[in-house]
Amino acid sequence: MSTSPKLKIPVSKEDHFQGPDKAPLVLVEYGDYQCPHCGRAYPIVKRVQKALGDKIKFVFRNFPLSEVHPDALNAAKVAEGAALQGKFWEMHDLLFENQESLDVQSLARYSDQLGLDGEELNEAVAAPEVEEKVSMDFEGGVRSGVNGTPTFFVNGARYDGDWSYGPFLKSLEAVLAHEESED
Amino acid sequence: MAILKEGTMAPNFTLPSTPDQKVSLSEFRGKNVVLVFYPADWSPVCGDQLALYNEVLPMIKKHQAEVIGISVDGIWCHLEFSKERKYRFPLLTDFEPKGHVARLYGAYREMEGTSERALFVIDGEGVIRWSYLSPVGVNPGADGILDALEKLSKKEKT
Repeated sequence: MSTSPKLKIPVSKEDHFQGPDKAPLVLVEYGDYQCPHCGRAYPIVKRVQKALGDKIKFVFRNFPLSEVHPDALNAAKVAEGAALQGKFWEMHDLLFENQESLDVQSLARYSDQLGLDGEELNEAVAAPEVEEKVSMDFEGGVRSGVNGTPTFFVNGARYDGDWSYGPFLKSLEAVLAHEESED
Repeated sequence: MAILKEGTMAPNFTLPSTPDQKVSLSEFRGKNVVLVFYPADWSPVCGDQLALYNEVLPMIKKHQAEVIGISVDGIWCHLEFSKERKYRFPLLTDFEPKGHVARLYGAYREMEGTSERALFVIDGEGVIRWSYLSPVGVNPGADGILDALEKLSKKEKT
């Protein structure tokens, strides 16, 4: 078990992603909206995306540790509910930017802020399909060796390195150079 | 000292789970057991590791398995730790004689006086079916445990 774990659930159209579908770099994050480390990673990922432009596709999957973070599961469902109204990333960003206020009232405020249909969102949050989506993400993550949040996978391999901006970008660029040299 | 390997009979033990209750491995006959040795309550990696198992518990229970945590911490320490983190599985105290059970499993660190970070999946007959020794500072996750339990479930069906 010395090699780093591999992503068991391939990136698919079920995933929320940013960047070109066929980008040479695929970064998958398993995250929890209430986890402070994920909150710290959020602007770093944004900067990395900016630096790598159309070379990177970013996928976010849910990994709420609900016993430690009581609002995390609900927040994940709200983001999935927002996705049904075409606003996943807008909600994802708002949640991370306001991760100290993820109570029900605050979540409703974010929904209003994004101009979502509140009633529709509430229905989605209560729907078994949305619950299922979040738990599928979680279970797939566990099987892929996610051991905490955030956990990143770069082109299918778990990234155990430093994810502060400089080292993260450098590692991603190295993978990119390797991918491009193989073409 | 190497940890016990798959195919070995899991040594039985009886350890306190609360100040007035004890738990024996033999009570779990007929069920699968995930035995989690970890170095210490409250240390950051253990906390994350056990927090993960707490969340993954429903996935583990699908395989008729129970999780048991073991460290050399005293029972009052375990109680407070468990209460604060809301763990839904027992933490046993390998405190007196210190590390006795960890030694039986080859999972004791003499220099530090704590157990290793080691995982054992034990079947319903008390046989070790998978074991894994993690570097002490690394959270081993739950994928190895679930792979092992899945294999066990498949075997039982055939």
